[in-house]
Amino acid sequence: MTEEPLRYAYYPGCSLHSTAREYDLSMKVVARAAGVELLEIPDWNCCGASSAHVTDPFLGFALPGRVLALAEEMGLDVVAPCAACYGRLAAAREEAARHPDYVRRLEKATGRRLSGSSRVWNVLEWLSQERVSAAVREALKRPLEGLAVAPYYGCLLVRPPKVTRFDDPERPVTMDRILETIGAVPVDFAFKTECCGASLGISRTDLVSELSGRILAAAADAGAEAVAVACPLCQTNLDSRQEAAGLRQGRTFDLPVYYITQLVGLALGASARELGLGRHLVDAMSLLREKKLA
Amino acid sequence: MSTQTAPALVLKSGPEAKAFLAEVDAMAATQVEACYQCGKCSGGCPLSYAMDYQPRQIMRLVQMGLREEALRSRTIWICATCYTCTARCPRDIDIAGVMDALRVKALRRGLRPAERNVGVFHQVFLDYVRCLGRSYELGLMLVYKLRTLRLTEDLLLGLKMFKRGKLAVRPEASRGRDEVLAIFREAAAGDAGAAAGGATGGTGAEAAGPAGGTRSGEAKGGGAR
Ligand code: SF4
Ligand code: SF4
Repeated sequence: MTEEPLRYAYYPGCSLHSTAREYDLSMKVVARAAGVELLEIPDWNCCGASSAHVTDPFLGFALPGRVLALAEEMGLDVVAPCAACYGRLAAAREEAARHPDYVRRLEKATGRRLSGSSRVWNVLEWLSQERVSAAVREALKRPLEGLAVAPYYGCLLVRPPKVTRFDDPERPVTMDRILETIGAVPVDFAFKTECCGASLGISRTDLVSELSGRILAAAADAGAEAVAVACPLCQTNLDSRQEAAGLRQGRTFDLPVYYITQLVGLALGASARELGLGRHLVDAMSLLREKKLA
Repeated sequence: MSTQTAPALVLKSGPEAKAFLAEVDAMAATQVEACYQCGKCSGGCPLSYAMDYQPRQIMRLVQMGLREEALRSRTIWICATCYTCTARCPRDIDIAGVMDALRVKALRRGLRPAERNVGVFHQVFLDYVRCLGRSYELGLMLVYKLRTLRLTEDLLLGLKMFKRGKLAVRPEASRGRDEVLAIFREAAAGDAGAAAGGATGGTGAEAAGPAGGTRSGEAKGGGAR
């Protein structure tokens, strides 16, 4: 191929450096295999997550706004694997167009310029673009045959639709298609875009266990053996609250919760270690061994 | 202003009630008056079962100018900002945006969040971001536990996560943290301005400053305590 390599400003966000390091690892595995360059944004800061926008509108804009300004300095579009970071960055880009006063205040505080020129990509858009999915198809080494996976999208990849402008907000299919590309069986279920309670993960664990339990039950009842996610908060809730969620539902769940990039990486022949599959709370290896996929 | 002794839902039509509606509309860039109470937002809300007022009722409170009821509700702190309501409203109202506006108004008035632990979580989270430029999960969990006295909840889970290397021991700081601190200061300065200048509602003037609830910024970047 003579095409220029695809290059992106990479915004890991805080989770990918702590609870979700396996997401970071598997992103890089997939990017390498697909010939995409991910250049980590230097000196990036936290996007403020929910805590900033529920506290102060300018703070909710300016924290992700600074990240966008840094990406503009690199002259690249941003890929943000965390759905919550993606939501905040995409919202800030939108707000920049509506609130010139916010942009002025941000520029005054940081000494940087923000024009809104860098587009923000979520991980599913990034994986499903033609060049990446073609490269994945070409490099496929170990199709995940017979693995029934419930694609769980959660909230912020698809909502609010005016900000994300991505897929169908009620019935998205992008992750289903990616699963098909790597040979897995996507399981349709009704809770694809229901909320797991993300931001209440520490402060109201009872609510998160209830919401996660509903999602896991819907996935299990539809015949899924595993769940695929594209967000570290979804992963943490569905994985770490699975036991508590089962207790509330009066049943036992045994659904490993994989990042979509871990599954793609696996199909590309990467090892369990490279993909951080040993870092999950719900055993992520037994099912793969049973299916002779690891 | 409504009081404890007044009947729960008395329609207000005075300038004060209208001012509250107008302020919320402006902050959320939406039109709450367009709500025709169909209930679609409540029906799809995954957390409505845990709320004191349903999302539809919050819209009604805002329409009626029932400021106190709205700002002191648990609902605004239970809402997880999932945007299901916003995506579905047939009147194109940004209900999740209204929840944000109400939380911000409550904090600017110095009201302690009706869901105290949720408020503490946000505050501790932002304290770390202000100091480090990034969040720090282990510290966040520990300080949150000390502040809320929920010392044993999730202890086992925390240990399991720690063993799998999911909780980094050392905090990670961004080299851009001076700029982040400047953003926090700018937010605090703007808040003071909004509270002073936004008092169109007469008696409903919002007090500036960090009384009680979550602060968005401080003059000095103190640590999380
Ligand atoms: S869905 Fe919209 S119109 Fe219907 S009750 Fe909720 S806010 Fe009002
Ligand atoms: S954004 Fe809040 S009020 Fe709206 S559906 Fe989600 S949790 Fe309910």
